[in-house]
Amino acid sequence: MATAAVTAEREHYLNKEYGIRSWLLTTDHKRIALLYLISITFFFFVGGFFALLIRLELLTPAGDLVQADTYNKLFTMHGQVMIFFFLIPSIPAVLGNFLVPLMIGAKDLAFPRINLLSWYLYIIAGAIYVHCILTGGVDTGWTFYTPFSTAFSNTKVIEAGIAIFIAGFSSILTGLNFVVTIHRMRAPGMTWSRLPLFIWAHYATSIIQLLGTPVLAITLLLVVFERAFNLGIFDPTRGGDPLLFQHLFWFYSHPAVYIMILPAMAVESEIVACFTRKRIFGYNFVAMSSIAIAVFGFLVWAHHMFVAGISLYSALIFSILSYLVAVPSAIKVFNWTATMYRGSISFTTPMLYAFGFIGLFTMGGLTGLFLACLGIDVHVHDTYFVIAHFHYIMVGGAVMGYLGGMHFWWPKISGRMYPEGWGRLAALLVFVGFNLTFFPQFILGYMGMPRRYWQYPPEFQVLNVLSTAGSTILAVGYVLPMIYFLWSMRYGKIAEDNPWGAAGLEWKTSSPPPTFNFEEEPEVTWEAYNYEEIAAPAEVPVER
Amino acid sequence: MSDSPIAVEQHGPELLHHFVDAEQQRDAASLGMWLFLATEIMFFGGMFCAYLIYRFWYYNEFAAGSRSLDITLGTVNTAVLICSSLTVALGVRAAQMGKRKLLVILLLLTIAFGFAFLGIKGMEWYHKFTEHHIPGPTFNVDKLAEDNPNIHIDLRHEQIFFSLYFAMTGLHALHMIIGVGMFAFLTYYAWKGRYTPKYYTPVEMGGLYWHFVDIVWIYLFPLLYLIDRHH
Amino acid sequence: MFDNFPLWPARAAAGAGNVDALYIFLVALSGFMCVAIFTMILVFATQYRRRRGVEAEQIEGSSALEITWSIIPLGIFMVIFLWGAIIYFHERTPPRGASEVYVVAKQWMWKLQHQEGQREINELHVPVGRDVKLIMTSQDVIHSFYVPAFRIKQDVLPGRYTTAWFRATKPGIYHLFCSQYCGTMHSGMIGQVVVMEPSQYQAWLSGGGTTGSLAASGESLFQQLGCTTCHRADTQGRGPNLAGIFGKPVQLEDGRTVVADENYIRESILSPSAKIVSGFKPIMPVFQGLVGEEQLNALVAYVKSLSPAPSGAAGATSTAPAGTKSQNP
Repeated sequence: MATAAVTAEREHYLNKEYGIRSWLLTTDHKRIALLYLISITFFFFVGGFFALLIRLELLTPAGDLVQADTYNKLFTMHGQVMIFFFLIPSIPAVLGNFLVPLMIGAKDLAFPRINLLSWYLYIIAGAIYVHCILTGGVDTGWTFYTPFSTAFSNTKVIEAGIAIFIAGFSSILTGLNFVVTIHRMRAPGMTWSRLPLFIWAHYATSIIQLLGTPVLAITLLLVVFERAFNLGIFDPTRGGDPLLFQHLFWFYSHPAVYIMILPAMAVESEIVACFTRKRIFGYNFVAMSSIAIAVFGFLVWAHHMFVAGISLYSALIFSILSYLVAVPSAIKVFNWTATMYRGSISFTTPMLYAFGFIGLFTMGGLTGLFLACLGIDVHVHDTYFVIAHFHYIMVGGAVMGYLGGMHFWWPKISGRMYPEGWGRLAALLVFVGFNLTFFPQFILGYMGMPRRYWQYPPEFQVLNVLSTAGSTILAVGYVLPMIYFLWSMRYGKIAEDNPWGAAGLEWKTSSPPPTFNFEEEPEVTWEAYNYEEIAAPAEVPVER
Repeated sequence: MSDSPIAVEQHGPELLHHFVDAEQQRDAASLGMWLFLATEIMFFGGMFCAYLIYRFWYYNEFAAGSRSLDITLGTVNTAVLICSSLTVALGVRAAQMGKRKLLVILLLLTIAFGFAFLGIKGMEWYHKFTEHHIPGPTFNVDKLAEDNPNIHIDLRHEQIFFSLYFAMTGLHALHMIIGVGMFAFLTYYAWKGRYTPKYYTPVEMGGLYWHFVDIVWIYLFPLLYLIDRHH
Repeated sequence: MFDNFPLWPARAAAGAGNVDALYIFLVALSGFMCVAIFTMILVFATQYRRRRGVEAEQIEGSSALEITWSIIPLGIFMVIFLWGAIIYFHERTPPRGASEVYVVAKQWMWKLQHQEGQREINELHVPVGRDVKLIMTSQDVIHSFYVPAFRIKQDVLPGRYTTAWFRATKPGIYHLFCSQYCGTMHSGMIGQVVVMEPSQYQAWLSGGGTTGSLAASGESLFQQLGCTTCHRADTQGRGPNLAGIFGKPVQLEDGRTVVADENYIRESILSPSAKIVSGFKPIMPVFQGLVGEEQLNALVAYVKSLSPAPSGAAGATSTAPAGTKSQNP
């Protein structure tokens, strides 16, 4: 409806009001999404900086860049910042917040003020954590294992624990908002079976956020109480059980990894459908697999504890359940691949990220099979094999999903196109840099290099050097989008309403959307991914 | 934004812009509160899980610790909380029937009961302090050992019981304080006449939260106070 | 294989080959899956790239396909699970007659005590071909005993014993790593396992000064601490007679029955009131804080020596799985 010439004068959510108050007191889910975008990008670079220091230290076997205590703080804070302040919010708080109301045809989320509160909780948590970093940091490992964290660490465990506790509430409120919104605010005709798979996956993610995060909250609180008030719940000298901490911690932290990957799978479905011009193969199965992952994800936590001292029988049960949870993920990969059959495929930047996602997530997921396998896990647990595995999923999967999604919806969010050439270059750099960084770590792990090691035996050096080299390429790949996204806000080509010719209600309103999303409340009479009815415009290149 | 006449008519001050109608708003609030209570169950659940395990391991210490709690005060508190749930439920009904004054009185009563509970709990905690039952270097089991001559009380394991006692009752009390604060706001708005038979959702939701806090106590009371009382 | 660019550590223990075999199978399976999927994607991306005039074909799905590619992976997963479970079961089940080494981990070193009395720090000497069972505890935080060449790893916890076992098959020196983050010098808490030919091992044993076998030091400690006052060699004592109890079920006065394993003995010394033997009163004094971990190990070894079940004998080639040790879930 709106043409390029009119866009400049048209009112939309970005130009409706100016001034810092209109941003800091906004209840518009789209503005809140941008507030989150800025904050999580900041923390991504903080966590990335720590990673760079870690990789620099690991260039040589000796501990010669930083002191041992400093190194221990670096990997702890890298993990905590990346997980709690980047990955967990990332896609849901930025893309989810922006798109969920748009995709279901609503004016906003169910609780806009709680949405804003959620961001403020995140900021308060982040501020406390930054203060913690600047006044000494924390060195317990991101996992806070007791009794080291309760009785032996001399660092700011209480402060870090409180920061993450508050960040957890931010996460819970986001999940709560999404579930209520999806249940109660779908536009007329938007039945459950017409929902984009993005919504299904975010729904599943939100259930996990709601039910899992409170357990982390109480666990961290008990650690804080033990340090602050000398309570003895995890103290072995008073009869406390250090394994109890691990069970409670992993009861959240395993489902947490599904909080981090399901939204990326959500993005994957949308991108693959658009750039193959097809409905996702096996829609029902993909939708249900998200729910299955959420449910089964709560049943496997002790696969992090196979050598911790749990009973043989517990280990057997958790191993078998871990294999069950792998099946729905495999189903998704097969379905995305099958979607490409007889599709009409274009190689835009989002699609490049989508290809990368399938490849790297598949590799990460397959290596999960190694870890679920009791006999192998005994050897590779707490080695670089585990680190490689989860980075393949978290970075190769979740971050690539995030970047792909950011490129795909950038026109909708900003009203501008990013430069396609630079986009593809960055995607390539990320893919190459990532593999060089983390593939050697699988080998390092099986060779026996333990994780969280400041210094290491010299035979591990070659692979470590390769890994560090890769990380520099990866870093460049991450910095580029920052630069050109900012550039595009001033100089990028003005975007049409639907530059990709994509299905989905969000593309039926202008780019950027008006504050209340739609000129008129939509009424849905078509199935999801109705690509047979949508023509692909020029932005989607024809490959000869 | 829809310009249909029906939407304009229903758009009283309490209907928020992004909702289609009052019913959607009420349904959303209700689902939201129930989901929030589910998160609270998971939150307290972690402590109940710890309690379960340690009670099984250190039964004697748990029983002795339980017997040292003041059962009279605990029972009174239970009655107080149940009454406060009654006043809340009656308050919701008063709102439904548009009885503003009655609603305000009932909300004030609920707050009063809340304060009573917190006061009694504070007293109990003070007793624990004077009896040296606060975990840490001042912890002392002499009196417990006296009162339980037939079993051996392990000072270290006893601390676990009291650690859980303070963590669980403390977090419960924190939820009550938040609840009382919330009721203060509700009372003020009720007095201002904001709640009508057409719109009393906040009172209902506040009531749900309060009932939940009550139910948590109904579990805490037997688990903490009533382990093996007949010895 | 791959000496200059190794893909795995040396195989120096009995189970290592099995672990590697499963690993190679998984690598091959993963490689196959990756090649299959990536090839398919490559082929589809090329063959079905967007072309003028060619529309995508809307295919809803195929339940048959979905079921197939769910069931087949599930089946393969169950095979992997079973194979891994069998290996794990063997790893968690030390053979009867294994000789025992007590390990005490502390920040940031490993202290080891042989049955024969040898003490070592950060080094473990063992002969080729002997089953060795490690009985481990920590003095402070959680550590983990990891020998990559043996493919074994077991977390070492404060407040209780955990066990691991191996049978070295190749002489050499192999890394010992702490693999559970434990503070500042976690990466410095490393050592080596020295596997020797049996004759060399005997020579090494008789070389250093020892204070007698572990059980013997336990016995003298038992007397020093006054345990003999109540735990007499007859039924007249105020405490149970400890002869022959190790490894057998014990009836407790609250009705439960437990097996008298290392953790039970240890708990009975540190927290006697936790489990009272049926027919006895809870009058045993608490020894927590009065005995250190190494002394505890000696006492446990002594009590074990009072039972006829083979412990400490050089079980050279025994592979029969013993009864499982109970661990807390």
